[in-house]
Amino acid sequence: MAATEAEITEGLAEIVNEIAGIPTEDVKSEKSFTDDLDVDSLSMVEVVVAAEERFDVKIPDDDVKNLKTVGDAVSYILKHQD
Amino acid sequence: MTAKIKPSQGSPYARILGVGGYRPTRVVGNDEILKHIDSSDEWIRSRSGIATRHWAGPEETVAMMSVEASGKAIAAAGIDPAQIDAVIVSTVSHFKQTPAIATEIADRVGAGKPAAFDISAGCAGFGYGLTLAKGLIVEGSAEYALVIGVERLSDLTDLEDRATAFLFGDGAGAVVVGPAQEPAIGPTVWGSEGDKAEAIKQTESWEIYRGRTDVSDVRYPAITQEGQAVFRWAVFEMAKVAQEALDRAGVRADDLDVFIPHQANMRIIDSMVKTLGLPEHVTVARDVATTGNTSAASIPLAMERLLATGQAKSGDTALVIGFGAGLAYAATVVTLP
Repeated sequence: MAATEAEITEGLAEIVNEIAGIPTEDVKSEKSFTDDLDVDSLSMVEVVVAAEERFDVKIPDDDVKNLKTVGDAVSYILKHQD
Repeated sequence: MTAKIKPSQGSPYARILGVGGYRPTRVVGNDEILKHIDSSDEWIRSRSGIATRHWAGPEETVAMMSVEASGKAIAAAGIDPAQIDAVIVSTVSHFKQTPAIATEIADRVGAGKPAAFDISAGCAGFGYGLTLAKGLIVEGSAEYALVIGVERLSDLTDLEDRATAFLFGDGAGAVVVGPAQEPAIGPTVWGSEGDKAEAIKQTESWEIYRGRTDVSDVRYPAITQEGQAVFRWAVFEMAKVAQEALDRAGVRADDLDVFIPHQANMRIIDSMVKTLGLPEHVTVARDVATTGNTSAASIPLAMERLLATGQAKSGDTALVIGFGAGLAYAATVVTLP
């Protein structure tokens, strides 16, 4: 069953917490991965791969650069999940 | 008539008998790199783990560095250089393709008249060379083989590219491979993904200089890469390859003493260790911090340093994996010399 927007946001918060050590409550829709959440370009790849596994979605490298904020990632996953 | 041909007779198994390394005398710190790019020491260290690298001077040619590293490997192996039947050199930064630089190196190390040739497999080159050497020894075409990974990547570095200027280093690593009565080099898991060949490449072909007298508008060829794509492939796809090499060798992660991945970037190494779930007791090569990424030379250089500093010892079981341009890769389990 496809995850809801709230479930994806919560899942991403846990992933960002695991990879960058940011408290889950700070991972909000408008936050920028690089500017606000200490997720640099390489950590972003780790976030993406973890999100792919968790939400059963494929996020190609070419699309990763368009995911600037948590909200961008949530929308992408919502749209592309099976 | 179809004549009966005698089969060749090789050794049942092969092993690495000795390793040697050469690092250029000039140490280049991040401060020097920062003269050409808008970045910071903190940024470089956090993205790559690299603090210093060695860059070769005019005298430290591909051949010179190879001869130095090989001399140490041959001495460590305890053989006479004349016993070497094959010399395999892996490099992408020897700019004169003919003749193969392996022939000059073979002569200078005193190997006599061995088979000698160069291979090009980028950062997977050491594993490719080791696999060829093992094959020659087991098949019977060589009793002892010298495998060299050598690079002068500073010659292929764009000093103004803030994504790669700090990454590369120069050096040579060599091993002597010889006969063994027990398996000491496992099955190689290797391959290439040509559909991703653009992810790591030389920016321009040397052809760009053909027929030109004015080259002032030509940017000298350099190595460039798609950072995120390479990181994803290196960490997550290569972890699977590394695991397969362990499985095919019949070695459990718990039985492993040492992990020597290609020294591409500390972030790749750290993430790979995490993805593989290697036990705490496994010593991980982190030579990239002071050597930078030396492509084909990185694994033997890291191996030599681990042994020289006592972090690893002869007889230890090591997982080695090289990966890079091609995208080519090779992983195997070896007993350290």
